[in-house]
Amino acid sequence: MEEKMGGSNGEDSGEDRFPVGMRVLAVDDDPICLKILANLLCKCQYQVTTTNQAIIALKMLRGNKNRYDLVISDVNMPDMDGFKLLELVGLEMDLPVIMLSAHSDTKLVMKGITHGACDYLLKPVRIEELKNIWQHVVRRKKPDSKDELAAPNHDKARGGTGEAGQTWVACSSDQKVNKKRKDQSEDEEEETEDNGHENEDSSSQKKPRVVWSVDLHRKFVAAVNQLGLGDQAVPKKILDLMNVEGLTRENVASHLQKYRLYLRRLSSVATQQANMVVALGSRGPSHLRTGSLDGFGDFRSFTGPRRFSSASLPSNQSRGAFGRLNSSAALTLSGISSGGIQPGNSVNGLGKIQPVVLPANQNQNGALFQGITASIELNQLSQTKSTNHFGEYNCVNERNVFRISSSFPDAKVVVGSSSNSLSTASGNALVLQGNTQEVQCNAAFENLPSFGMTSLNRESNDLSVRGSSNCLEHGRCSENWQGTVQLSNFPPSNEQLPSNNLQESIPWRNSSPSNSRIALSSMASSAVFGDSRADMLCKAGLNNSYSHVDSRVSASGSMMDQNNAVISNTNDVSLFSHLNGEAPFAVWHSEGDKSSSDTDLRSNDNFLFLQSKPQNGFSQNNFESLEDIMSPVFKLEQNNETAFMDGGLGFDVAYPLGSCM
Amino acid sequence: MEVGQMQRRLVDYTKSLFMEGFLDAQFLQLQQLQDESNPDFVVEVVSLFFDDSEKLLNDLTMALDQPNVDFKKVDAHVHQLKGSSSSIGAQRVKNACIAFRSFCEEQNIDATLRCLQQVKQEYYLVKNKLETMLRLEQQIVAAGGSIPMIELGF
Repeated sequence: MEEKMGGSNGEDSGEDRFPVGMRVLAVDDDPICLKILANLLCKCQYQVTTTNQAIIALKMLRGNKNRYDLVISDVNMPDMDGFKLLELVGLEMDLPVIMLSAHSDTKLVMKGITHGACDYLLKPVRIEELKNIWQHVVRRKKPDSKDELAAPNHDKARGGTGEAGQTWVACSSDQKVNKKRKDQSEDEEEETEDNGHENEDSSSQKKPRVVWSVDLHRKFVAAVNQLGLGDQAVPKKILDLMNVEGLTRENVASHLQKYRLYLRRLSSVATQQANMVVALGSRGPSHLRTGSLDGFGDFRSFTGPRRFSSASLPSNQSRGAFGRLNSSAALTLSGISSGGIQPGNSVNGLGKIQPVVLPANQNQNGALFQGITASIELNQLSQTKSTNHFGEYNCVNERNVFRISSSFPDAKVVVGSSSNSLSTASGNALVLQGNTQEVQCNAAFENLPSFGMTSLNRESNDLSVRGSSNCLEHGRCSENWQGTVQLSNFPPSNEQLPSNNLQESIPWRNSSPSNSRIALSSMASSAVFGDSRADMLCKAGLNNSYSHVDSRVSASGSMMDQNNAVISNTNDVSLFSHLNGEAPFAVWHSEGDKSSSDTDLRSNDNFLFLQSKPQNGFSQNNFESLEDIMSPVFKLEQNNETAFMDGGLGFDVAYPLGSCM
Repeated sequence: MEVGQMQRRLVDYTKSLFMEGFLDAQFLQLQQLQDESNPDFVVEVVSLFFDDSEKLLNDLTMALDQPNVDFKKVDAHVHQLKGSSSSIGAQRVKNACIAFRSFCEEQNIDATLRCLQQVKQEYYLVKNKLETMLRLEQQIVAAGGSIPMIELGF
């Protein structure tokens, strides 16, 4: 239910008499608090709209990005976690969000900060505190006009990114890829694949900030990979490594910050997605639910029972890495990789995932994707889209596949990143998750490959968004969702992230243009979604990142066919192969030609392949990534509070891979 | 009773509520939010509070009545009650909720049951007081007077 109240007249949007008339959206499930808050805001002469459901709030926000200036949201809400909403809003719409809670727990406040809240108020709210909230709107607007140096702070970055940031992925890259990047405001609207607009909006609006084009981002990721996402990745060093003229340390610093957030989101998203997937598993919800959910659920806890990993160590390892990711998906993946992962795992839920050998893994991935898709409304879309995209998706045919495999060692880095991405973007996140991400991405992409990036992006975006929304709807999406959602909304970030993840891999992937990156992002999203979208994303992303991977997991394309799972599998395969740096990948490719063929075989083969590979770790990665992806999905479903990948995904993920390898 | 008298009674009564800790400054804010454009604000909010709280208390009773008490759920309910009571300014209810929550964390069944009783008691008390106060206000308005603003001088 929503109501509108507001002292100001109509739509002057308060800008003329700002802060009077500032449009605030208040979200709180407690009717008393909501009513009081609304009245207090009116008293401050703001224009207030209220709703007691976060999902509705999101819909309203998405319906028109410019409808509101500020969002105030309660932390504890039954239909969606306040933090999740926070992340989503920040990523999709880049609006300032103020958190509200009766809890003054430091951890919660910190959580609010890390998720991008611009303020945290305690209940009962007093009017004095509300009188100044308009400052947050002004702060956000400022970066646009300011130099990028102004503040690499995330909020700003977010805002900035909206415009400039959106160009993460590819200013220049493939048009399709651009789709991904599209402006936040365009997310959802860009279903169509017009690649063109992606950053155009942002680009044109961009002020003299640095445009992180695909290439630039690629360099960035390469540099970061080289340094490792840990302590060594300091802006100065990255700057030196990149050796780009005109780039300042501040630019790099802010970009790095966003990137990290992105990775984190991906991991969380992945987890959520996985969860979602599991829960939602449109394809085979039951499967997923039981399988993946359990798996994911467990995974969520990172440390939680790695059911899957029983067998292979790598899986555990990967799990570890992914564990961070939050994504149970990761876990599931690991589990799967461990071999004999429960086929029934969530992946099954996805429906498409073939329980074949890889099943575990695949399922995971599939599940993830599936789940994600399932959960995501996009599923429907993806399905249709996927098919459409299939043809369009370049990646697919090309087997852009993710170069990732080679990156395994890199994958570490990548993984981290990918996982991050996974978490970040629902779709993207999945895919991007570090090494696993790659895997996942691959899978994701693979499945989607067929879908042109652009479409993917769109879809993924949508997916991601949807995913996120799904997640949200399904329950509190813990942080991860943000990631998922991010995909679409996160035009820059998503793209970026995935790209980032991919980025890391990107160095490898020379062939894939930024598009792939984007694709990856989208793939990530798609992966989650299982729909072709995801594939697309993955593909896109993967391609980019997986430059190394020769054997592109074009499978994604083929995978996409409904059996997202399959695709995921394939992706995994490719990833694995890459990871292993061996033929496996190649093997996979053969199958992977899938780009056009949706044969599940591919995926199966791939999986099989993967399985055979001793690189459990590797496989795990794949799975993990899926898991990660899935986990966000699942998370949502389960209302788990899995931590979105705590930024470290990339790093963590890397480890398992490394170990596995 | 003439309006002036009623008004004085109201003021005294309200003040006593503050003195005794039934209400705190938050309630004052609510009153200040009420104006010509929003003449029934306080009544509406208070009614909402009553409805919501009764429901929460019912849920709490049921939840604590289970053989296996789900403390997370109980905690969630109490948290909500705490939030709404603090928003309305029902101080004693809020304080009772705070104590309640700490026992919830300990998962102490007996203590939480006791707390529930306490919260209920405080709730009914404040409900009673508020209803009386609102009735007085209504009478004043019906008699043509205006509701005096409470100045908390203490």
